[in-house]
Amino acid sequence: MNHIYVDHAATSPVHPEVVEEMLPYLTEHFGNPSSIHFFGRKTRQVLDEARMICARSIGATANDIIFTSGGTEADNAALFGVANENKARGKHIITTQIEHHAVLHTCHELEKRGFEVTYLPVDQFGRIALSDLQAALRDDTILVSIMYGNNEVGTLQDIPAIGKMLEEHPAYFHTDAVQAYGLVDIDVNELHIDLLSISGHKINGPKGTGFLYVREGIAFRPHLFGGEQERKKRAGTENVAGIHGLAKAVSIMSQQRHERLKTYESFRDKMLSIFNEEGIQFELNGDKEHYLPHILNVSFPGIKAEVMLVNLDLAGIAASSGSACTAGSVLPSHVLVAMFGETDRVKTAIRYSFGLGNTLEKIEQVSRETVKIVKRLQK
Amino acid sequence: MIYFDNSATTKPFKEVLDTYVTVSENYFANPSSIHCKGGETERLIHQARKMTASLLHVKPSEIIFTSGGTEGNNLAIKGIALKHSERGKHLITTMTEHAATFESFKYLESIGFDVTYLPVDEKGRISLEKLEKSMRKDTILVSIMHVNNEVGTIQPILEAGNIIRKYPKAFFHVDNVQGITKVPLSLKEAHIDLCTMSGHKFHGLKGTGILYVREGVTLSPLFTGGSQEGKLRAGTENVAGIVATVKALRMSFDQMKPGVKKMEQIKRFLINELSHIPGVLVNTPETYSAPHIVNFSVENMKPEVLIHSLEENNVFVSTRSACSSKQGGASRVLVAMGFNETRATNAIRISLAYQNTMEEAERFIELLKESISKLQEVMR
Repeated sequence: MNHIYVDHAATSPVHPEVVEEMLPYLTEHFGNPSSIHFFGRKTRQVLDEARMICARSIGATANDIIFTSGGTEADNAALFGVANENKARGKHIITTQIEHHAVLHTCHELEKRGFEVTYLPVDQFGRIALSDLQAALRDDTILVSIMYGNNEVGTLQDIPAIGKMLEEHPAYFHTDAVQAYGLVDIDVNELHIDLLSISGHKINGPKGTGFLYVREGIAFRPHLFGGEQERKKRAGTENVAGIHGLAKAVSIMSQQRHERLKTYESFRDKMLSIFNEEGIQFELNGDKEHYLPHILNVSFPGIKAEVMLVNLDLAGIAASSGSACTAGSVLPSHVLVAMFGETDRVKTAIRYSFGLGNTLEKIEQVSRETVKIVKRLQK
Repeated sequence: MIYFDNSATTKPFKEVLDTYVTVSENYFANPSSIHCKGGETERLIHQARKMTASLLHVKPSEIIFTSGGTEGNNLAIKGIALKHSERGKHLITTMTEHAATFESFKYLESIGFDVTYLPVDEKGRISLEKLEKSMRKDTILVSIMHVNNEVGTIQPILEAGNIIRKYPKAFFHVDNVQGITKVPLSLKEAHIDLCTMSGHKFHGLKGTGILYVREGVTLSPLFTGGSQEGKLRAGTENVAGIVATVKALRMSFDQMKPGVKKMEQIKRFLINELSHIPGVLVNTPETYSAPHIVNFSVENMKPEVLIHSLEENNVFVSTRSACSSKQGGASRVLVAMGFNETRATNAIRISLAYQNTMEEAERFIELLKESISKLQEVMR
């Protein structure tokens, strides 16, 4: 069976050009970047170039990019790094109820270690209220961590307004941009972002790669100790080929941003219009105005998500019910619960996420198959 | 080209790269996804875990895939200390550990833990009596590296394990980054609770590593988030990297017996030849040392100068651990072994792989002699 993969928010295929670019750095240029001989210097140079490319993609300086093993490490390093180094100033942190677990669970851990965390609620579209954030800010707030675009429903937060608000406050601003990166224009200076997390495998780069932007001058404690790599902010031999692959993925992504935005919009429109034409019952989960176009989350009343997914899988369609990191768990999505409470809408939600390799034709096929299954099951 | 810097990093095996590319292209789904594509990659990870476990003679559930040796050491050491601090705050390690271990302990000291750093003798070995004497009722962790990355000294892990097991509160962590596939070690017989390995030191990929965590040992994770790796290490698994690196581990174990024998011969040859060159002092002990590392100092000669001179002839060696190569000054390890400042500053490390040949070693000695006499003339 020819499978159609519409789960790109979980992970995405590595771009063929990325794999090709990585190979020489696995074969002939395999040196340790810390070595002082030729092999080391060659790989050091590649790291410098990759750092420049990644920095440029978010309007940052190269020195402020720390390469990590992925989005989870970047989020953990950001939160622990700021919390541990700034606790003399205060022990209050603000985040939202709909963060990725890499942020949420780190906040729970920080609570166990004596920090106080405010979890901002969201409305039924998945957005926080700026007034709630304003009200939650205290003198001892040292960090605000709010994701750029949500990984389950695609809702974008008002990052420019949040950045602006925090400009007047000593708290640092971290944003998990893992899902938004590559689809929205990000300039960390314009947006007043102090820390920002990125994952390689969500943008057709290799798994096991990512970066954390940390603005110069931020009081930050490293999460991994050892060698002096990454300007002493992240010890460990650099994953040279992976980092080079990540940079290549970033370059491709930057060139194709506008085209991809348009393509995903058309996929989304196609799916919704077919659902409407066919007259099936569905509810769109997310914000109709502020959203990431590659994520389409819909609930099909009366059809449990697991049942729907099994049927889609049988029809050769790989979609998901929410974050892949929690897909194995039987608990309802914390994001949807924050938006709708413990309702049936939460238990019937399916996430389609688009990316490399998807075509309008295939998306139409996904829509038709979905309709068929829904009609059969909604009877 | 003679690449004698295999302790800094190794060249990945060709077959390992093929696996990496194949998995990247054909099995890209997230192993946590419940659709059939996710199921396929989850099975790949499962097989890799089973293979690793069988190579190490442990259970699959005891294998944690990490991003490398540094993460493995950080996770093991900080993970035990933070999780079990209520049982005690005393930790023991040695003065010659890798920076990833050493700096983790320095950090733990800064937040209120009490750390004993065991000294070493001129061979770089700890004393078992001193270890036993240092053990206290509130000791919760002992961390000792198996093979030293700068001089190749092998620590008495089996004997240390037998001492530590008498203290039920104390966990035993071994940094086996340099030892794995070079010096045999039985995790079970040595009563090891946690053991760190790094992929790129045995012809696997950078950004991959393995941490053994014995069943029943609880840790505070470094990365929280998803429930991957038994909740000890959140983050989407680097599927292609893991599968490729486990292949490298299997291939290395397959080649270990003849490979080690060959390295032993080359090492003996190198030590013998080096000790006959005037002005050269061998720092690697003849006994209790790994087959792949030879460390030596040249009197009155800055190591960087010699390294660059060798490099002109396409010979690649290093000063010491690549991770600390940027720091000038004396090697912490050599100072701990009792060598004077100059000797500890002038150290050069040769590190071998199975693929290196006796011809390369012979050529190396020739070129080294030439370089030394040329440089001595210049400096005269």
